[in-house]
Amino acid sequence: MERWVCTICGYVYDPKKGDSDNGVAPNTKFEDVPEDWVCPVCGAPKEQFSKE
Amino acid sequence: MPVVEIKKNIYWVGVVDWNLHNFHGYSLAPKGTTYNAFLVLDDKITLFDTVPEKFKLDLYHQIQQLIKITDINYIVVNHVEPDHSGALPFIIEKSQPEKVFCSTMGQKALLSHYHQENWPLEVVTNNDKLSLGKKTVLFMETRMLHWPDSMFSFIPEDKLLISNDAFGQNIASSFRFDDEVNLDELLFEAKHYYANIILPYSALVQKTLAEVAKQGWDIDMIAPDHGFIWRSHVKEILAAYQEFSLQKLKPKAVIVYDSMWQSTEKMAKAIAEGLQKENVSVRLMSLKTYHHSDVMGEVMDAAAVICGSPTHNNGILPLMADFLTYMKGLKPTNRIGAAFGSFGWSGEAPKIIASILEQAKFELPVEPIKVKHVPTHEDLKKCKEMGETLAKAIKQKVN
Ligand SMILES: [Fe+2]
Ligand SMILES: [Fe+2]
Ligand SMILES: [Zn+2]
Repeated sequence: MERWVCTICGYVYDPKKGDSDNGVAPNTKFEDVPEDWVCPVCGAPKEQFSKE
Repeated sequence: MPVVEIKKNIYWVGVVDWNLHNFHGYSLAPKGTTYNAFLVLDDKITLFDTVPEKFKLDLYHQIQQLIKITDINYIVVNHVEPDHSGALPFIIEKSQPEKVFCSTMGQKALLSHYHQENWPLEVVTNNDKLSLGKKTVLFMETRMLHWPDSMFSFIPEDKLLISNDAFGQNIASSFRFDDEVNLDELLFEAKHYYANIILPYSALVQKTLAEVAKQGWDIDMIAPDHGFIWRSHVKEILAAYQEFSLQKLKPKAVIVYDSMWQSTEKMAKAIAEGLQKENVSVRLMSLKTYHHSDVMGEVMDAAAVICGSPTHNNGILPLMADFLTYMKGLKPTNRIGAAFGSFGWSGEAPKIIASILEQAKFELPVEPIKVKHVPTHEDLKKCKEMGETLAKAIKQKVN
């Protein structure tokens, strides 16, 4: 599973960990993260992320 | 303001904003502030950061006290927010520098602020070294501390960290150094600044402090872009940032409220009594008296934020809406919340407050309380019990 990086702030979405603070379970592929999910650090939307 | 040599051949050339009261339009700064800029005299004469546009001539004059402005070779932009880059277009035009250094995000931000494709921008990133002659500059990107473009510049020969907004405080003064002022006052202002500007990025502060340690940077002076320069209390401000960013909480509650006919205020006082009975310290703050930024200064080390508003036109009072919006954006973590308020006929306010607190990830150990019109002795007893219950939850959390 690929990691994705926020191009605004550098936060790395690691699918192994997910983002449990914001309702994304571990082992969720970036593609399967809800479309309204935003970067937990800077608030940027999903389309601001690129593959690491 | 006289220029001040802070290290051999490194000068403070900033400006003091004596009459500022509102910082960036959202945080009060009753003591004013400073915009610090630094000029390094070396083979490459280098200016670190600038000042707001309206102070560009003051900066010009500061620089001219030391050199001719056309002598500037390099400019380093640690942060693009206009309080540090507003004078940049003017200074670039006057000095015609060889190069302007900034981070990757800084380049984008400079272009979208000033729309100048012809500036000699050069991107620097982590581990890049820039030689100025005798002195060297090392860079560290500090994205989202507190903008994507933010970075630190470190001059190892002088053990000097130029930290942009981090470690700043809003105080105008004729003195420049931390040992020329009362340390408690300085740390109080550093905390107020952190609460209102840095708090949402606390996890990144942790990372940055760890990264600075990992790099092994030997720092004996921290020069932020606002307020006093740390030279005698570097250890204290680093420890304070450690504490702020861990969001260490005290057995303390902030009761923040607005009131029309003092019924909600009576409830606030009764809740406070319950907390006091259980030895939890309390800070009552009416939003008519205290600005949201001052309340946040108190929220910094408080385990609980208890919010009260009467119901007004089926909603909450505007000052409470203002406060809750502001606090939610600053993302305080690991806090207890509670809601209360009086009402005339419908009584939605406490529930509305509770749901906003929930969205902001507060724990809500008690149900919201509402009282019709004016509280009875019995109502106030319930408020007091609410305070006692909250006190127990607070003590459990901080112990
Ligand atoms: Fe800033
Ligand atoms: Fe600033
Ligand atoms: Zn981000």
